[in-house]
Amino acid sequence: MKTWLDAWPVYRQLTGPDPLGRGRAARNKGTEQLTSRTATADRVVQSVCPYCAVGCGQRVYVKDEQILQIEGDPDSPISRGRLCPKGSASKQLVTSPSRVTEVRYRRPYGTEWEDLDLDTAMDMIADRVLDARRKRWEAEDEDGRTLNRTMGIASLGGATLDNEENYLMKKLYSAMGAIQIENQARI
Amino acid sequence: MTTVSSASPAFSGNDPANRLYGPLPDVAGDAGYDGDHPARVGFFTDTSVCIGCKACEVACKEWNMLPMDDADGVRDRMGLTGMSYDNTGMLGANSWRHVAFVEQSRPVDLPMPGVGLPGAGGTPGAHGLADGSQTRQDSVLNAEALAEFDPQTGRSADREIRWLMSSDVCKHCTHAGCLDVCPTGALFRTEFGTVVVQGDICNGCGYCVPACPYGVIDQRKDDGRVFKCTLCYDRTLDGLMPACATACPTESIQFGNLDELQARADARLATLKEQGVQTARLYGRDEGDGVGGAGAFFLLLDEPEVYGLPPDPVVPTRDLPALWKSAGAAAAVMLGVIASAVLGSRRPR
Amino acid sequence: MAECHPVGFQWVMEAKDRGAKVIHVDPRFTRTSALADRHVPLRAGTDIAFLGGLINHVLQNELYFREYVLAYTNAATLVREDFQDTEDLDGLFSGFDPETRKYDESSWQYDGVDTPAAAGQRSTAQPGGQVKSPNDGGRADRMQEQSGEDVDVRSADQFETAGSGGSGAVPKPERDETLQHPRCVINVLKRHFSRYTPELVGEICGVEPEVFLEVAEAITANSGRDRTTAWVYSVGWTHHTVGVQYIRTCSILQALLGNMGRPGGGILALRGHASIQGSTDIPTLFNILPGYLPMPHAKQHQSLDDYCALGDQRIGFWGNMRAYTVSLLKSWWGDAAQPENDFCFDYMPRISGDHSSYRTVADMIEGKVPGYFLVGENPAVGHANGRMQRFGLANLEWLVVRDLQMIESATFWQDGPEIATGEMVTDQVPTEVFFMPAATHVEKEGTFTQTQRLLQWRHKAVEPPGECRSDLWFYFHLGRRLREKLKDSTDPRDRPLLDLVWDYPTHGEHAEPSAEAVLREINGVGPDGRTLSSYTEMKDDGSTTGGCWIYTGVYADEVNQSARRKPGREQDYVAAEWGWAWPLNRRTLYNRASADPEGRPWSERKKYVWWDEDAGEWTGVDVPDFEKGKRPDYVPPEGAKAQDGIGGADPFIMQDDGKAWLYAPAGLADGPMPTHYEPAESPMTNLLYKQQSNPGREEIHAPWNRLNPSGDDPGARVYPYVFTTYRLTEHHTAGGMSRTLPYLSELQPEFFVEVSPQLAEERGLENGGWATLVSARSAIEAKVLVTERMRPLKTTDGRLIHQIGVPYHWGERGISTGDAANDLFGVVMDPNVHIQESKVASCDIRPGRRPRGTALVEFVEGYRRRAGVPSGLVPLNGRAPVETVEGM
Repeated sequence: MKTWLDAWPVYRQLTGPDPLGRGRAARNKGTEQLTSRTATADRVVQSVCPYCAVGCGQRVYVKDEQILQIEGDPDSPISRGRLCPKGSASKQLVTSPSRVTEVRYRRPYGTEWEDLDLDTAMDMIADRVLDARRKRWEAEDEDGRTLNRTMGIASLGGATLDNEENYLMKKLYSAMGAIQIENQARI
Repeated sequence: MTTVSSASPAFSGNDPANRLYGPLPDVAGDAGYDGDHPARVGFFTDTSVCIGCKACEVACKEWNMLPMDDADGVRDRMGLTGMSYDNTGMLGANSWRHVAFVEQSRPVDLPMPGVGLPGAGGTPGAHGLADGSQTRQDSVLNAEALAEFDPQTGRSADREIRWLMSSDVCKHCTHAGCLDVCPTGALFRTEFGTVVVQGDICNGCGYCVPACPYGVIDQRKDDGRVFKCTLCYDRTLDGLMPACATACPTESIQFGNLDELQARADARLATLKEQGVQTARLYGRDEGDGVGGAGAFFLLLDEPEVYGLPPDPVVPTRDLPALWKSAGAAAAVMLGVIASAVLGSRRPR
Repeated sequence: MAECHPVGFQWVMEAKDRGAKVIHVDPRFTRTSALADRHVPLRAGTDIAFLGGLINHVLQNELYFREYVLAYTNAATLVREDFQDTEDLDGLFSGFDPETRKYDESSWQYDGVDTPAAAGQRSTAQPGGQVKSPNDGGRADRMQEQSGEDVDVRSADQFETAGSGGSGAVPKPERDETLQHPRCVINVLKRHFSRYTPELVGEICGVEPEVFLEVAEAITANSGRDRTTAWVYSVGWTHHTVGVQYIRTCSILQALLGNMGRPGGGILALRGHASIQGSTDIPTLFNILPGYLPMPHAKQHQSLDDYCALGDQRIGFWGNMRAYTVSLLKSWWGDAAQPENDFCFDYMPRISGDHSSYRTVADMIEGKVPGYFLVGENPAVGHANGRMQRFGLANLEWLVVRDLQMIESATFWQDGPEIATGEMVTDQVPTEVFFMPAATHVEKEGTFTQTQRLLQWRHKAVEPPGECRSDLWFYFHLGRRLREKLKDSTDPRDRPLLDLVWDYPTHGEHAEPSAEAVLREINGVGPDGRTLSSYTEMKDDGSTTGGCWIYTGVYADEVNQSARRKPGREQDYVAAEWGWAWPLNRRTLYNRASADPEGRPWSERKKYVWWDEDAGEWTGVDVPDFEKGKRPDYVPPEGAKAQDGIGGADPFIMQDDGKAWLYAPAGLADGPMPTHYEPAESPMTNLLYKQQSNPGREEIHAPWNRLNPSGDDPGARVYPYVFTTYRLTEHHTAGGMSRTLPYLSELQPEFFVEVSPQLAEERGLENGGWATLVSARSAIEAKVLVTERMRPLKTTDGRLIHQIGVPYHWGERGISTGDAANDLFGVVMDPNVHIQESKVASCDIRPGRRPRGTALVEFVEGYRRRAGVPSGLVPLNGRAPVETVEGM
């Protein structure tokens, strides 16, 4: 009997040390079971903020293969666990409802986006790369000097690309002969 | 065997001390927690190092999963306020941290306001700047400088400019008006001495809203319930710092045991005074104030009004026990009247 | 810094708490100013005058760190007799060719140098054809001899072949250690800056002489043996037609004060993107290969020997360029790369001029470029002259956009500003667009290189959703498909693709390539098959590999060193076990300079790296940026090359003379010393010289890139106000990663401009109301914030110069929307690096919203007419060709 009575706040209020019912007596079951969201994470992954170049450490909390929370990594000697508003909002980069997660395609002179599956899109892009490469190929200049390049393919990368990504890009572009390869670093 | 008695001090009003006003050394104990409850925690917000980045606002929203301020889904409502860099405006159901931006400026006496060799500058232009009084349209953002400027003030040519930033938050008062008037027990005091809403109990009566002397607690328009800072109760339970204090880049927001924060704040104030910052002051630190001192208190560089804070907040329940006594008698009379009215009424059929 | 790097600013606050004085120099009063001890507002675009004034103050009052300057800089070196300064030629240095607007640098050289030692100087084929210099002296002749090629010297692009570290100089130039010789660098410098007095600084910059002197006294008092001063700039300094010279000016000042290579000193470039440092180290840039190796140039580099000719002769660590190059070629073409085929050097495409972004966009508008990849970049909003950018996009055959959100650069054909004006019509835009959804930073693994050259590994947290993929995945699989499609090809031009080392291990259901395998390849491997520990282990015989020599060591001992995460609180302040910094985990570059020539710390207080005589090596709290066992008294033998040629007391090991350059005898397109020029668009005339703006600046002339009249041109009064662009804490660059997020959008929900109360009154602007800003490019509208934080300046003729502050984050998409500030800018560029002047230009501002539809085109054209600017009207999709202008 005491058990169910204890669950009744008024009983607790009138019998316990919280006569005004403003503290212990007012707590309900949900409150009693409260715990921080991060404590329920399956794993914590160390990462780095993708905005500016300070390079603040982030801890990414994952539960059920979803991002639960991103916060500053107190281990980082750069940021000591702190984050600015952008870093603090970075989970929304992942979860934003307006994020586009499927390939979109606009045909030449088209007026709307269309669906296109990833595999087909990759194949079409590869074909276009080879075509543009061929069309604007320059084997040598007017004086017979080797150029070995195409002027048909340009690229502009953002400076949030990983080093490994930039490396593969430069390597592949150079091998295909594309030279108009630029980056935010120019801007 | 426990006894249930209507003679409980809560009802009798015979409590020797007024538990609704004045200093209270152990808020959690007063709220029924055992002697070994954790120390009271709080925030010390040192606005002298705030850079106005609003990381606190975002980190708070992110952790507590608060909706955007246009929770009603009307995007057009989201707009520039025109109040410096403050587009949050005030604390609310969806904004538990709010960074205020206060721009102040005053003219200084300089021979030349702008470019040019002293004395070789020709006549001032149509909008001479030298004395500032010729400025015809003042920015609406300018609060009048209410006090002497301090050494932190940036002198920008002919004008001294000060841009104050301060992250406001629920004060987690020693005597919390919201909590005292809550009829449902939705609001409660935690073992850390903080004041928290239990969302699953709140019925949206809204009594707490006018009871807050700071205008902090607020109803969410789409569901009517009230929301405010919990001092990240869930995080404190797990030994984590609140989200805002965790993110704050410059440690403007400090979290910790209240007595330690108070000591730190006192020391910081002394340092600033030593450096000649005569305008520095603590707000919410005084346990003798109208809310018995705040669990979240501030170091300000100007009068509280400048930051949009009430200069002398008083918990509205201060006079409640006295009122309660006289109201008790009146209520007894009223009960009799009601009873007779009910009993004496005839149904129309 | 508080605005754009808030978390980094915690260290400034901590320094301030310990007594450091914080001075903020900025046209606007920002969140940084609010916390600084002193805010110094100055007119946008005048920093060289301000810094030059400080240099003058230091030189005139002999406040430089004499021992440091004598030992570690080229102060004592003599300059050639025929060198003429801007003071002699009214704003030009000797060697300027007005026809080509380029310099011949030979007269800038050190005395006694017959052959100017400008490494890899050669010009690019500028629009309008190549330019033959009548005076291709010196090193160029040598180059011609070596390569048998006809070389254009006087380069606007010499960085393209010199790589980092500037150009080589002769190792043993003549010096006068007494600093008495009138042609000593320091005396040349003194004369050059002698007119940069506090009063002149006041007139040009709008900084009161007393404020200027306060700054001058603060920085000189805080420099020397016991103290150091740090300068921090955010990369706004690069956004000027004299951007490189801005940074040169600060370098000269810091070298004079002895603040380089020492703790608490330096010039810190606070970069605005997570891996913008990495994006130049391992560049996706047209002019360089990984590790700042130059991209081979058609006119100079027909063979590997041509390519390495200069490096082979150089002193300092560039002297090993051949080993770095061969290792790179081995990483790319593996077994196909053999000594007898020049290690496949011929597989490399050659550049032949300026192929930078803006030039390429001009080519796009002319229909010369069929295909374009945009990889996490939103030029329609983030680049100068957005209208030009969008016209470029509208004249492609196909466009691939890889991003998280549907950005403006992907939707220009649908609802871009030119659709509204009728300059583009959706169903007449030919561009085929592929939007390829990208993975976020937590959905892939890899390294960012942050602003202090620190590589930090990100572990992957979750799989990307739907069809989102990493860019690593995209390029790996694109390459795989290309190779598959070409596998039967016999065309020799397909060999580079087919022979490419492209066998990265993959994992997971999407066959994600291993980023660690890529990082390991970048690091390089020795003959034993194990990873190299240092670039000094690289060989030029093909026995080692390495994709980016400066990153060698990041995978030392087969361990991903960038993933090290020993908590900072368990380390000293250098925190050497967190991440990995290039080169070789050195945290402060040139730190040999933190010790005196004998190898002793300059002072106990500033002890950092020093010579330990007992151990016979350099030691300290950081990894010494010097050969560990090289004695301070080491004197290079005659003819020594590479690092062997660097003396034991020469800390600047990437320079041929081992010295910090107060004067650059070669390597810069616009002068051996910085000098103040007005921005390309300025309401003021240059008070120093007849020469108004940087004579070497690069312009593109076309209807879609009209420039505002400047200086005393009467048309300049049509665009009477200065504006500058910047970021807000609450947003990020072009907004793709912030305008789309609810919590950030609501913090700064609308595009606004900041104006002073005086300007508001002059133009009838109201706080919270609308304003329209107009330039010769476009007109945009924004909300108005009237604030005393913006401050007008008064010119000597009594005119007020108003500056308008314009944050540039907005575009028409996202949660928070607005016009794009960059639409106001034209494209006019620094000649060294082809970076646009986007921190200052001129405009008009008026109350109310801008016209809509075709009326907007007419409105902007009306302004151009009044200003005497040629028409900016364009045919459909903007397809108007670049114009040739006389004297350009």
